[in-house]
Amino acid sequence: MNYHWDWLFFFQEADDGLMYYQWVLSGLGWTVAVSLTSLAIALLLGSAFGVMRTTPNRWLIAIGDTYVDVFRNIPLIVQLFLWFFVLPELVPRDIGLWMKQDLPYFVTAVIGLGLFTGARIAEQVKAGINSLSRGQRFAGLALGFTEWQTYRYVRLPMAYRIVLPALTSEAMNVYKNSAVTYSVGILELYFQYKQIIEKTSQVLEITIVITLAYFVVAFATNRLFAWIEQRSRVPGMIAGGQGGK
Amino acid sequence: MIAINNVSKWYGDFQVLTDCTTRVAKGEVVVVCGPSGSGKSTLIKCVNALEPFQKGSVVVNGIAVEDTKTNLPRLRAQVGMVFQHFELFPHMTITQNLTVAQMKVLGRGKEEALDKGLKLLDRVGLKSQADKFPGQLSGGQQQRVAIARALAMDPICMLFDEPTSALDPEMINEVLDVMVQLAREGMTMMCVTHEMGFARKVAHRVIFMDQGAIVEDATKDDFFGKPRSERAQSFLAKILQH
Repeated sequence: MNYHWDWLFFFQEADDGLMYYQWVLSGLGWTVAVSLTSLAIALLLGSAFGVMRTTPNRWLIAIGDTYVDVFRNIPLIVQLFLWFFVLPELVPRDIGLWMKQDLPYFVTAVIGLGLFTGARIAEQVKAGINSLSRGQRFAGLALGFTEWQTYRYVRLPMAYRIVLPALTSEAMNVYKNSAVTYSVGILELYFQYKQIIEKTSQVLEITIVITLAYFVVAFATNRLFAWIEQRSRVPGMIAGGQGGK
Repeated sequence: MIAINNVSKWYGDFQVLTDCTTRVAKGEVVVVCGPSGSGKSTLIKCVNALEPFQKGSVVVNGIAVEDTKTNLPRLRAQVGMVFQHFELFPHMTITQNLTVAQMKVLGRGKEEALDKGLKLLDRVGLKSQADKFPGQLSGGQQQRVAIARALAMDPICMLFDEPTSALDPEMINEVLDVMVQLAREGMTMMCVTHEMGFARKVAHRVIFMDQGAIVEDATKDDFFGKPRSERAQSFLAKILQH
């Protein structure tokens, strides 16, 4: 193989006056920003819709089910195109124009990724709540809690603990899925990756660096969640990993 | 205190309760027994509306639970309930289990709730366990905490839904002792249980249910002396033999 390795190109100046390593860092910054914001949106939406699907109310269940069905069954990239290119044409003309011209890409992108991820989290939150015994809800109600208070104090604290491993995967997936937002113009890590290859042709170096960058953020997230899991472990419970003591 | 009038309940086409009528006076201890599937647990859960019913009426302390205008959380807060599987909140310490509803439902301050909770914990003999989690306690201990948790709300009456059925034999008595003491202090109690020794000791009346209906509703002496229905006789013969 005749590949010409050149790790120092990262410190060469690109045509915008920045060095290539700065392009990588800027991409990484956007990746983390898009991912964390989307994750926050997804946790909120996923919790809300997940809870709705476990209530005794038929309408709330139908709304929650519809949300999950829609957003889990359409590919992420198609969803982003829908938000960016289709929705502005369907709303009144002024709003559409505003969406196309003034609304920051970032906002549309995190809403899109947040809605997609939220549907998956809603499924997990629902499963977590349903895994609790019916008696826990009864016990809460019998003490005078409202339905909502049984969620707030009794069911959700346990449900989150139970689904924490699944939420960990979801949080790591958000980073990886955020690469798709390059297709709607977010200057994140994958965008910079393509860009740098085009300018420098140092494919192997940049691929290695980008791979590591994704690995590091995802792995850091994994460790963070493992720490939360450790901290929230309930003494005396077998469920949730290596409990039991 | 509790008046159950012609209550019927269906799950789809299947009738689980048929025309149940009885009442529990203030200070009275009523034991509900019967074979499994006879509707005992369902009936007692109708008292605080954990189970909805389609026909009839349940009146607790003058308030109809089936009335859609009734503030159910407020009513339930006055009716203590103890469950077969304890249902302590596993992620909270014993102390938190005892205080959370006092603070969030009754609006008591932390200190008052803690004071009350620990006093009751002491009463059930578990003061030393205050900072543990439910999973670290034995079944009998958990059930005693559950009783203390219900009492912390200052209930006007207590419902027990097979409180000793999930316990190892050697733990049954520690729970029954607490219940006997409670009965002797004059607490109004409705207990679904098969513990006939407990019934003999403190019950005023015994209700026998079969196939969703109240077959027998008699004073304790009448029930153990000469049960009128054949079904109750054969039930008693079976469970009193051992």
